[in-house]
Amino acid sequence: MKADPKGVLTGDHFLDGDHACAEGALAAGCRFFGGYPITPSTEVAEKFAQRCPQVGAIFIQMEDELGSLASVIGAVWSGRKAMTVTSGPGFSLMMEHIGLAVMTETPLVLVNVQRGGPSTGLPTLTGQADMMQARWGSHGDYEIIALSPNSPQEAFDYTIKAFNLSERYRVPVLLMMDECVGHMTEKVVIPPADQIVLQPRKYYKGKKKDYLPFKPDKDLVPPMVKTGDGYRFHVTGLTHDFRGYPVMSAQCQEENVHRLVDKIRSNADDIVEYEEDQIEGADVVVVAYGITSRVALRAVDLARAEGIKVGVLRLVVVWPFPETYIRRLAQKVKALVMPEINYGQVVLELDRCACGRAEVVLVPHGGGWVHDPEDILHAIRQAATGERAGEGIVEYPRKKRGQE
Amino acid sequence: MSAPNVAEKPPPKAVEPPHPMESLLRMERIPHIWCPTCGIGTTVTAFASALEKLQWDLDKVCVVSGIGCTGRVAGYMRLDSFHTTHGRAIAYATGVKLGNPRLKVVVFSGDGDLIAIGGNHFIHAARRNMDMTVICVNNFIYAMTGGQCAPTTPPTGYATTSPYGNFERPFNIPHLAESCGAVYVARWTALHVRRLTTSIMEALQKPGFSVVEVITPCANYWGRINRLGTGLDLMKFYHEHSVIRHGADTRTLDIEFQKDIVVGKFIDRERPTFLEAYNQRLSQILGEKFVPYEGD
Amino acid sequence: MKYWRKPLDSDEVKVPHGEVHIILDRCKGCGFCVEYCPKDVLEMSEEYNAKGYHPPRVKDPEGCVQCKLCEMLCPDFAIFVLPKEQKEAPVEG
Repeated sequence: MKADPKGVLTGDHFLDGDHACAEGALAAGCRFFGGYPITPSTEVAEKFAQRCPQVGAIFIQMEDELGSLASVIGAVWSGRKAMTVTSGPGFSLMMEHIGLAVMTETPLVLVNVQRGGPSTGLPTLTGQADMMQARWGSHGDYEIIALSPNSPQEAFDYTIKAFNLSERYRVPVLLMMDECVGHMTEKVVIPPADQIVLQPRKYYKGKKKDYLPFKPDKDLVPPMVKTGDGYRFHVTGLTHDFRGYPVMSAQCQEENVHRLVDKIRSNADDIVEYEEDQIEGADVVVVAYGITSRVALRAVDLARAEGIKVGVLRLVVVWPFPETYIRRLAQKVKALVMPEINYGQVVLELDRCACGRAEVVLVPHGGGWVHDPEDILHAIRQAATGERAGEGIVEYPRKKRGQE
Repeated sequence: MSAPNVAEKPPPKAVEPPHPMESLLRMERIPHIWCPTCGIGTTVTAFASALEKLQWDLDKVCVVSGIGCTGRVAGYMRLDSFHTTHGRAIAYATGVKLGNPRLKVVVFSGDGDLIAIGGNHFIHAARRNMDMTVICVNNFIYAMTGGQCAPTTPPTGYATTSPYGNFERPFNIPHLAESCGAVYVARWTALHVRRLTTSIMEALQKPGFSVVEVITPCANYWGRINRLGTGLDLMKFYHEHSVIRHGADTRTLDIEFQKDIVVGKFIDRERPTFLEAYNQRLSQILGEKFVPYEGD
Repeated sequence: MKYWRKPLDSDEVKVPHGEVHIILDRCKGCGFCVEYCPKDVLEMSEEYNAKGYHPPRVKDPEGCVQCKLCEMLCPDFAIFVLPKEQKEAPVEG
């Protein structure tokens, strides 16, 4: 289905990542926003608040992040597309409701504009240290989808992609931006509405009396309904059967929760997305996501100028992690170098999938700024020698001044 | 995935003639989990009566509950119903209402869920005059988890987490609701079924944030821990010690341990609801260009 | 009901008459209906229902005036009243 032209600000714009994300949401048909201000995500809320009367959407600034995500889930069940934005501390508060959204299979988009952490951390400066929390933050077993844009244009595009994935799989989708991308202003091209393809929500079309709210179709995704249409459905966060009624038994847990997990795992091949550059014949592959993927390109150019055969793998979808691809890639290269603005999070997945076949090198950064490309270059050079610098994940800390 | 529904006990035999409330209940889940003499069942009956008397299109009525004994109400009512997380029923209901303003949204939850962990959402929804009806079942204790002290537990009352008697001052829910801006506030006990039904009807019809507090017996925890007898003894206590004072000053409505309980309709006033205020303000600023938000 | 003289409109006033139905196996023996019936129509029985509780029984079927207080008070949806045909109020002069 095509986008509603009312929400699409077609044209060439000069927008920062946060504003582009808000425009992406409106273009995707998002018509409810329940949020709470937190640096550096506030601009998304501000843009949405300003634009919503023009498109027939509604914005409410809730009293806290818990209420924000709860109101978003409620609005989705009333038939809207809805989203919220936050950063680290708010993300932690939203964990319970991410779990509720997963359990009730509520499609929504949650944007985390990451900042330095933990705790209050560096509110106005960048970080990428919520990546594992995105995957494991809520309690219990579940699978989630997380994307990582690296420019305002991608903030626009991936917000639309996030809505599409959430509707397709009836799961909350996390857009893991970072403050750098959020506050970076670049050209954003918004296409005409008829060029934006949207995934419609899968609504139930059968007889009312036969409706079972959580009976999945063959793709493991149940069709949805909304309030007010007479289905008299029941939605609960308790482990439930096909009718949506709570059943407190191990058998029901297996049937309910295992399906929620399999829903994403069995469709992982369709969900996973990455970009490759000169992977064929490479000795070293730099694996990166978010703003770091752009910083790494500088280091890669310098390394290639030195004659090192280095490829780039950029993760668009970080969760589910491209396991199968990495397992195969690790057999063909000497080393995988991962710069991230944290002390080692997604690199743990990389190492797990590499299984020792390639050396896994981490170039960590505590946050507050992006990497110095020289640090990544230094790591690429060391990795290209082919000598294992140690067991497990090798870390190349920031180069001290004056050292080589 | 070939296994059907997991809960395979056979459905209960249909009863002839059926109970008048059966069309509003999920009969396949009755009998419910509430204890004998629990007042929640009575409150649900009053609510169901109110809905029947109003003759509304029940497809457009939603019930949102939180966690706790009263939180289970959503699971037993045959309406679009949501059993949400602890304390967030009102925030969830805000989303349901704003997503489709044509719905009538009822939040049915307990004192701990609404006033303790949900306190923030309660006061803000009242402040905003969000159009919803809150039925707060107050049994002075956290019953589902085994009888812990609640912010409504009267002073000196015993609970598992106040084993030497509660020494904190409890919330006075009508006063809290009034001071935060609720437009309709009433309190009844589970014994005052007819007046409770009338109050619920009035609250449902009133646009804006309306609160009906229902004092209910909890024999297994509140009654037992404090040696107050059976549920019937608690009801007899309400019979002898409830005083009807419509329009009383909400500051005087504190509930003390085993003293008189003042009940009645206390607040019934007019204020623009959240959406009315939103539409009014934006019309004023944006003029003709603004299309008022009414949902789809 | 005893009056000192027969009321002038006693032909027109009809006291509603009700038929009490008890769904025995839903009852949890709380006793609210017995306690609060204004016409003292019910009493707790000696029998046990399937759950082991003593449900109420109707001891005075003619006395029910369809006030429905039992139906409204019951926490378990186990008792309700259906209308019977209306009779003239018996008047004792």
